Amino acid sequence: MKAIITYISEIIQGVKSLLTGMKVTGYYISHPRKEIITQQYPENRETLEMFSRFRGEVIMPHDGNNEHRCTGCSACEVACPNGTIEILWDRIPNEEGRKVKTLDKFVYHLSMCTMCALCIPACPTDAIKMGQDFEHAVFDRSQLTKILNKPGSKLMEGVE
Amino acid sequence: MLCIYDFTPLTQAIHEGLSESLGNDLAVKVIEMVIVGAIFLGFFAILGLILVYVERKVAAFFQQRLGPMRVGFWGTAQTLADIIKLLMKEKLVNKMADKLLFNLAPFVVLTATAMAISVMPFAKGLQAYDLNIGLFYVIAISSIGVVGILLAGWSSNNKYSLIGAMRSGAQIVSYELSVGLSLLTIVILTGTLQMSEIVESQRDGWWIFKGHIPAFIAFVIYVIAGTAETNRGPFDLAEAESELTAGFHTEYSGLQFAFFFLAEFLNMFIIAGIGATVFFGGWMPFHIGNWEGFNMIMDFIPPIFWFFGKVSVIMFVMMWFRWTFPRLRIDQLLTLEWKYLLPINLVNILLMSFISLMGWHF
Repeated sequence: MKAIITYISEIIQGVKSLLTGMKVTGYYISHPRKEIITQQYPENRETLEMFSRFRGEVIMPHDGNNEHRCTGCSACEVACPNGTIEILWDRIPNEEGRKVKTLDKFVYHLSMCTMCALCIPACPTDAIKMGQDFEHAVFDRSQLTKILNKPGSKLMEGVE
Repeated sequence: MLCIYDFTPLTQAIHEGLSESLGNDLAVKVIEMVIVGAIFLGFFAILGLILVYVERKVAAFFQQRLGPMRVGFWGTAQTLADIIKLLMKEKLVNKMADKLLFNLAPFVVLTATAMAISVMPFAKGLQAYDLNIGLFYVIAISSIGVVGILLAGWSSNNKYSLIGAMRSGAQIVSYELSVGLSLLTIVILTGTLQMSEIVESQRDGWWIFKGHIPAFIAFVIYVIAGTAETNRGPFDLAEAESELTAGFHTEYSGLQFAFFFLAEFLNMFIIAGIGATVFFGGWMPFHIGNWEGFNMIMDFIPPIFWFFGKVSVIMFVMMWFRWTFPRLRIDQLLTLEWKYLLPINLVNILLMSFISLMGWHF
């Protein structure tokens, strides 16, 4: 008798668990707008928004006055495990005539970058961050070597 | 059921016209066979195209994807492109394969499918061959497909293929029993095996409603066993990708592979079609007791739409199974059949016979 009860309860339990599974997938198919996560990539290029933690490339934000926050301290260059970043700096006299270490060129070799983002926390002045752009394909390798500070840009006021 | 939807006068007229113009009885029969064969082949091709597309789309939506979207509007031309690709592929034959059996196997599989579909009542009078033992014939014929699968596995001279074929054999031999017995549960009520008569017996209500709970249990068992018989997931042990690469059709390419692929989908259609005919009244419209107005509106929908509507609902459920349930191991598969489905089925038949004897069904 006990065996029969176990047998029947097993069947009921099995059917119940299968129906639970079918309920889940049934919800997926009946709510396609809400549930489908596929993105139609080239078509949705205009509206595509990458998630915030996505690492596309290293960028250096500039403000409206074409000023960046990089002091040329080379901390990122040291932090980079594979020599992606090259800081070319110079000693340029300021208004007082004192020679100050200044960023000349922030050379970024995208072709070598593994997007590990170790340079970001290394920066003491938060001058660089990871960008969201991921369309990096080019026809010439030399185009992958980028200079991140814009021409004519200078250090933001008050950043030491 | 309106008389304008009756196809009997049309087929009768074609038959009489042919008889008059030819006069020879044998020639008429041959020409009719060729016509029916051509129609079914065309039907198979179109059905295969549509079903593959639908399966891919449904699978995608169950898995929160979009599925094919690039070729044509919403990927509608995707299967057409696939067919062209398969047609242009080279036909490869294993060096040590048994050439004759290897080339024969896909045809055996497809022939079994084609034979099974011949008794399918699409609408009143729209049936290739109204055999008086139609249901029995279908049950018998549908097991010939496994011969093709076994041939394919054996002749490929490939361990994976052979294991896949053997699994498929074990599976179909055991699950056939459940399919047959669950259909038998309804045959107790209909009292006939003729497909057109089975449909006719459901004029005042489908058996799934008239037969109370046993009919419903029989239907559930039928769908489970039918899914297993078509070698579809969660019972797709015959072609378990992870362990057997592709199972019995590992060595096939091009058109021969397409035949196996087509046969799988057509078998699903046949299983769904038989299920719709036996449990859901085939092409019979949905009627509710004495609601004359409602019944009239239902009658206006052509029976062919009713049939295909019911078939697609059952096929959707089978796809739902496939894309929801985890796959069974071979021992679990046989446990499910011999320890659960078969005993339940037998008790169910007993219950149904009792109900039939007492006249409790509607």
